Formats: sequence, C-alpha cells, structure tokens
Amino acid sequence: MVETPPPVLLVEGVVKEYGEVAKTRALDGVAVTVGPGELTALVGPSGSGKSTLLNIIGLLDRPTSGRVVLGGTETTGLDERGLTALRARMLGFVFQFHHLLPAFTALENVMLPAWGDLGRPNAKMRAAAEELLRAVGLEDRMHYRSSNLSGGQQQRVAIARALAHRPALVLADEPTGNLDTASSAEVFALMRRFNRELGTTFLIVTHDSRIAGQCDRIIELVDGRVRSDRVVTAQPS
Amino acid sequence: MPFEWFVALRYMRDAKGQTALILAAVAVGVSVIVFLSALIGGLQVSLIDKTLGSQPHITLRVPREAPRPLVEATPTVAIARRVAESSQRLRSIDQWPMVVAAVERVPGVTAVSPSITGAGFAVRADAKSAIVVRGVEPERFLSIIDVRARLVAGRYELDGGAVVIGSKLAANLGVSVGDKLRISSSEGGDDVVTVLGIFTLGNEAVDGTWVLTSLRHAQALYALPGGVTTIELKVEDVFTAERVADEVRGRTGLRSDSWMTINAELLAGLSAQASSKFMIQFFVIVAVALGIASVLIVSVVQKSREIGILRAVGTPARRILRVFLIQGGVLGIVGSFIGSAFGALLSRVFENVTRDPSGAVRFPVQLDLSLFLIATGLATGVGLLSAVIPARRASRLDPATAIRNG
Repeated sequence: MVETPPPVLLVEGVVKEYGEVAKTRALDGVAVTVGPGELTALVGPSGSGKSTLLNIIGLLDRPTSGRVVLGGTETTGLDERGLTALRARMLGFVFQFHHLLPAFTALENVMLPAWGDLGRPNAKMRAAAEELLRAVGLEDRMHYRSSNLSGGQQQRVAIARALAHRPALVLADEPTGNLDTASSAEVFALMRRFNRELGTTFLIVTHDSRIAGQCDRIIELVDGRVRSDRVVTAQPS
Repeated sequence: MPFEWFVALRYMRDAKGQTALILAAVAVGVSVIVFLSALIGGLQVSLIDKTLGSQPHITLRVPREAPRPLVEATPTVAIARRVAESSQRLRSIDQWPMVVAAVERVPGVTAVSPSITGAGFAVRADAKSAIVVRGVEPERFLSIIDVRARLVAGRYELDGGAVVIGSKLAANLGVSVGDKLRISSSEGGDDVVTVLGIFTLGNEAVDGTWVLTSLRHAQALYALPGGVTTIELKVEDVFTAERVADEVRGRTGLRSDSWMTINAELLAGLSAQASSKFMIQFFVIVAVALGIASVLIVSVVQKSREIGILRAVGTPARRILRVFLIQGGVLGIVGSFIGSAFGALLSRVFENVTRDPSGAVRFPVQLDLSLFLIATGLATGVGLLSAVIPARRASRLDPATAIRNG
C-alpha cells in the first residue's frame, strides 16, 4: 500500500467495553484504514465484534477509547447533533433487514435521508433519487409502497437510499443476509457497480464467503481484534 | 412539504384506524364541551334576559328616612326612649334633572330614565286590583325596558289620560284596549284613564300590577309636581352593574341598587352552574389529553425501529420531536373541528326536541364564535402538550438500539 490519497476511514486503537462491573471487551484495540474507492468485506464469526465496529464507524455508538476519523473529520469530540449531521452527509447505511419505512413509497424512502437533513425536498433531490432507482432497475416501482416490494427489491431500494446523497462511505450490515442466492448476487453486483461507476467506498459486513471473495479486500475480526487483513488478488468476474 | 409535516401526516394517514379512533375521542370531548357550554351559556343568558327584561340594571331612590331623636340625652339627664322607624313617604329626588345629567356622564351608563313609582288601586266595575303606577317619559323608558316590543295588544302611547298595563292586570280587571279604568293613588289622587296598550314582560308581579302612564300624569296623581321618585339606569355590561351602582351612589348620595343585589340568589345559582361547567370541562380535557398521549406513545413504540433508521440516516432528533408534536397538534385541531360541528348540531337538535308544546324554545343554546375558538385553541394546545412526552421519547431513541430491537 503505497497510495497516498487521504483515507476515507481511519480507525485507531478502538476499544469498546460493555458492562459496569464485569467488563466485556467487544473490541480490543482495532485499527483499520479504508482508502477511497475500496470495496472491503468485514468478516468474522458471530460475537467477533463486527456489528459493534460497524456501529462505531457508523457513529451510532461511541468507542470506550480510541478514535474514528471520517473523511478527515475527527469524530471523538463531536456532540450528538454533530454526529447526526456527519452521518447525514458522509455515510450511507444498508441494513440486513433492509429497514425501509413501510408507510412510504420507494421514491420517498430514497429521498428521506436528504429530506430529513435539509428539511425540505427539492428538485435535485428528487432527480437524484429517481436516477438511482432507475440505476437499480426499479423505475416502474418508484411509487409503490415499500411494503409492496419483494425482499430483493426492497434491498435495492435500500442501496439506492444509502447512495442518494452520494456519501463517501457506505456501511452495509449483512446486506444479503436474508436474500436468496439470485437476489444476493444481484444486490452485490449493484454495490460493485456503484463502487466502480461512482467511486463509492463500501464496507460490507458479511457471512457469505462468496460475497467476501468478490471484494477488493477482506478484514477478518476475531475476538475483537483484527486477525487478518488481506487484499483479494484473484477477482472472478 | 417540510419533512416533519410530511412524515407526521403520512404516519397518521397510514394508521387510519388509530387516527380515526383518537379523532373520535377528541371530537366527542370537544362536542361535550361545546354542547355543555352552549346550553349553560344559553340558560344563563336567557335567565338574565328574562330577569332584566322587566327591571332596570340600576335603580336610584332617595335614601330611607332615618328616625330622628326628639330629645337628646345630656351629661346630666338620662332618658329612656324607644326608636320608632320613620314611615317612608313618597318623596321626590332633589334636583333630579341635575342628578340625571350627572349620572349620564358616569362611564358605562347607556340609558337613564327618571320616573315615578307609586302604589295605588285600579277599579273597574266591581273588580278592584292593587297596582304599581309607573310614571315615565315614554321614549326614555323604552331604552330601559322595551315595552313596545312586548306589547300583546294596542299601542305604546302614554299621552294625557292614556295608560299601558300588564296583561295579567288586564285579565284580572277584564279590560281590553280602549276600555276605561279608574285609578287612585296612595296619595289620594284619582283619575279615569283609557287603556291603549297591554304588555307581557314575563314577570308575574310586573304583568299583574304595572300601570304605565306619563310622568306628568303620575306627578299629578302623587302630588309631586315636577318631581320623580326613582331614576332607572341601564349599563353597557350587565355584570358591571354593581360597580357602576357603587360609583353612582358615591356621586349622588342616593340609594343605588343594582339588579345583582336584588337578584343575588339568581347570581349565586348562575355562578354555581358556571363552576360545575368548568369542572366538567376540566375533566373532559384531561381525558382527551390522556387519550392523545396514550395513542402517540403506542405509535412511538410501534415505530421505534423506523425512528431509529431515520436517526441513523442522519435525521436530527429535533425533527423527530416535531413529527410527533405535529401529530398531537393536528389531532387536536382536526378533532376539535369535528367536535365543534358535532357539538353545534347536538345543541341545535337538543334545542328543537325540548321545545314546549307551543313551539317555544325551553332550553335556548348560545353558540358563538368565541366558544368554537376557545374549544379549538384548547384542544390544539392539549394535543401539543400531550404529545410532548411521546415526542421526547421518540427523539431520544438510540438509533443503534432501536434498529436492533425495534
């Protein structure tokens, strides 16, 4: 690694402890650096701290010690309001259970993050959302309630939502966890495509070795520590 | 549309059953308030109207004559004496035109009518009846008690030997318009007069005794040339009558009684009614607030995962807070519109079904704009307030926990 562009994500010495008396260490000094345009898989057995790390990187949780720098912004000193604003502008989220808002249409779901951040919708916001929905192949489902879409379709909407405001980093927590093989492949292909076309950086937590094997890099977490961090060389495509 | 409104309205539209239920609760509460206020307000107004329809707001009279000692005790002479109350003869108010002019300048006074009030008898053939002779300036008296509007026969004319009498008195004496009548005053005056009109003020005592005649005629009957015994006033706001009466008493030194002292029992009854109304309103409002709050709390719990997602993707906590405050406010305002309409309808229906056999309204309701404005304002405020706790709860949800557990 001799490239020099500033990292999108810098995690240094992150420790996360739970409990007051009997302390459990979920993360024990994790250091990770993710450069722009990388599509990285975060793997590890359950209980290894993947989700905890993802929550800390996603600014939904704070580390007990250590620091997280997102796109050059030091997050340690930020208050709740600052973290929310940074989430809105820097990060995109794709969850395992897609987590769309069932009362809203696909288009509205894609617009909501930017809408909630700025307060009012605008034409640009709408155009960007429509373009993304077209890109994920849902142009004819834009005005469907998200509860009327299939699982794979919902996850595609979720990816569009995560990308709507062109975040620097998209965090995906088991994005294919409850999809069938065909839908999984489709969803991963979409992330790969956005990674190539828009240069979006992805950090994907996954159990699926086929998915992990298609990423650029695999970080393996065991017992709250990084056990291995390797670049995938052979890319089947 | 602003994010908060968009999300709030969509949530309400999406949970139609819940929204309808709570709207119904708010509407029922508001309609009870509107109906009750309209009914009690109407009853009060009608009672006061009835009472004031046959009496002035304030009556001025000469002070009662106090007994004067004939002999005073001295340091050396002790006397045993018995106080005999003075008899109260009919006396004129001193300098009454000046009193009238002075009273007209008192703020709040809208009409002043000088008159003579005296006792007497009316005789026709073998029928004899005790009467109250009211000598008045015809036009001025109308602004105190609108007799012309309450005529049941004939016309309101008091010139010369013409009189207008109460309907009950007319029935007792068996006279009708155009008939003649002999009246004699307590001071020995005596005259034959012609009945030109008959009125009903709705007050037994008044309808059974009053004989209205001109001031000049009454002055002659009571041997009070140029004098008046009472000055009657009307004030702008009937509930300030007591205060105005005090002021007039201070300025003129006359006995000044407002309708409020004369009808103290009525007022006590009205105020008891008003406080019971406030009690009922208070508890209805508490029930409505609890209803809105509980529905919103349930909604926050149901939607905690969605709220967590919104927070995770960068929606500020204050916007989440507003989403739920807006729901509370909108439920309050929409519910109160429905409730106001329903309450108004209920009031009108009630007014109509309780008519007495002759078709007259027995329970008049008073619906005015201020009632609706108050009800709407109240319900909206209550809606907002009762949304505060659920909204704070929603805005404080931890996104990571909410997504995991929601």
